[in-house]
Amino acid sequence: MKTLLEKYRIPTYLFVLILGAVWTWLSAVPAGSTSAGEIPAPQEGFSAPDFSLRSLDGDTVTLSELRGQPVLINLWTSWCAPCRAEMPAMQRIHEKYRERGFVILAVNATNQDSPNSAAAFVAEHGLTFPILLDVDGSVSEHYHLRSLPTSFFVNSQGIIKEVVIGGPMSEALLQTRVDNLLAEAP
Amino acid sequence: MLPILQIGPFAVQTPGLVLLLGLWLGLTLAERLAPRYGSEANTIYNLSFTALVAGILGARLSYVLQYTDAFIASPISLISLNPALLDPVGGAVIGVFAAAVYGNRKQLRLWPTLNAITPLLAVLAIAFGLSHVASGDAFGMQTDLPWGIQLWGAKRHPTQIYEVILASLILWAILPPSKGRSRLTSVLTAETFWRFLALSAGARLFIEGLRGDSLALENGVRIAQIAAWLVLALSLWMLNKGAEQLKHETD
Repeated sequence: MKTLLEKYRIPTYLFVLILGAVWTWLSAVPAGSTSAGEIPAPQEGFSAPDFSLRSLDGDTVTLSELRGQPVLINLWTSWCAPCRAEMPAMQRIHEKYRERGFVILAVNATNQDSPNSAAAFVAEHGLTFPILLDVDGSVSEHYHLRSLPTSFFVNSQGIIKEVVIGGPMSEALLQTRVDNLLAEAP
Repeated sequence: MLPILQIGPFAVQTPGLVLLLGLWLGLTLAERLAPRYGSEANTIYNLSFTALVAGILGARLSYVLQYTDAFIASPISLISLNPALLDPVGGAVIGVFAAAVYGNRKQLRLWPTLNAITPLLAVLAIAFGLSHVASGDAFGMQTDLPWGIQLWGAKRHPTQIYEVILASLILWAILPPSKGRSRLTSVLTAETFWRFLALSAGARLFIEGLRGDSLALENGVRIAQIAAWLVLALSLWMLNKGAEQLKHETD
């Protein structure tokens, strides 16, 4: 004996396809339904949470003041081996791209480290990009830091384009991401 | 959401771990069920392994070809273990191509083989959903519904949970094939494979409409829904064709 589906197979399939087309039309993206740029969150497609931190040099750096420039936010500590391993590649990328407006903000999770250890590491490797001190851990908290290092590639509109958890990031990875960020910059 | 699992000094990326577990479970299930689809367990394992290795190597090769300058500047990056240096689309194309070459050389029958790998695909679909639960990716649009979850600064549709539930139901729906007739339909028409594809495309069509991160055309229509609708149409057409063929064979 035929089941209902077997008996009305073609009409059922057509009905399913029409239903799918109607749902596709009805669920077309309404304004504001996607989250890009609307809400600050440490996730791809969202606005990078703003922060102001003091650097090892004593300057204060505010993320939102860098709007218009692509930024790499790298959360690190001096005792974390993968963090240490990726810093030389970051320095080379910094030297290669800083003239084109690319900025690296290396945020030291100072609540898990110490300013002296950070400074010693920076001196040892001759790092010239800004080293920011997250003394109270607030940036680590806002960026949901769960593993070191964690890096956020932020475009010139302040939107996070990619999150890389763990490391070390290779130079090729850094270069391809920075090239993409610069290519989309107005 | 649990993107990182801290095991002693090791920080394990949970989404990757879930996908590996899914691969292992899916392969185990596919090997166990292979005889019921007229295939051999070893053949399915070798086919999957070939596709996987070729897919990974192909994903790196495809990425290198897209960003040659970066790898000329840093050749050591060629062997980097970082999955961010893989091109998933290129990897999938090369993986499928390698599987096709392997199948051709071993003279595997297409339909039974497609049916036999379907359990692996169905388990992987669940694993993908669970990896999204762990990472918080593939998130939903904002909602006031009571089952909405707080994620990325807003109350949202738990699309990752929908994904896991629907993928689990699809696995249940395709397994196990009923005896006798199903064996015949499988051998003749790859009914299990096309049914899986139709159900999965339908699920994606539905869930994508609730996602908060879709790529859309200028008129707002989501691109993934168009792709899912086309896959659904192809699958239903193949299912219908198979049913007609089966009717002809049994008459």
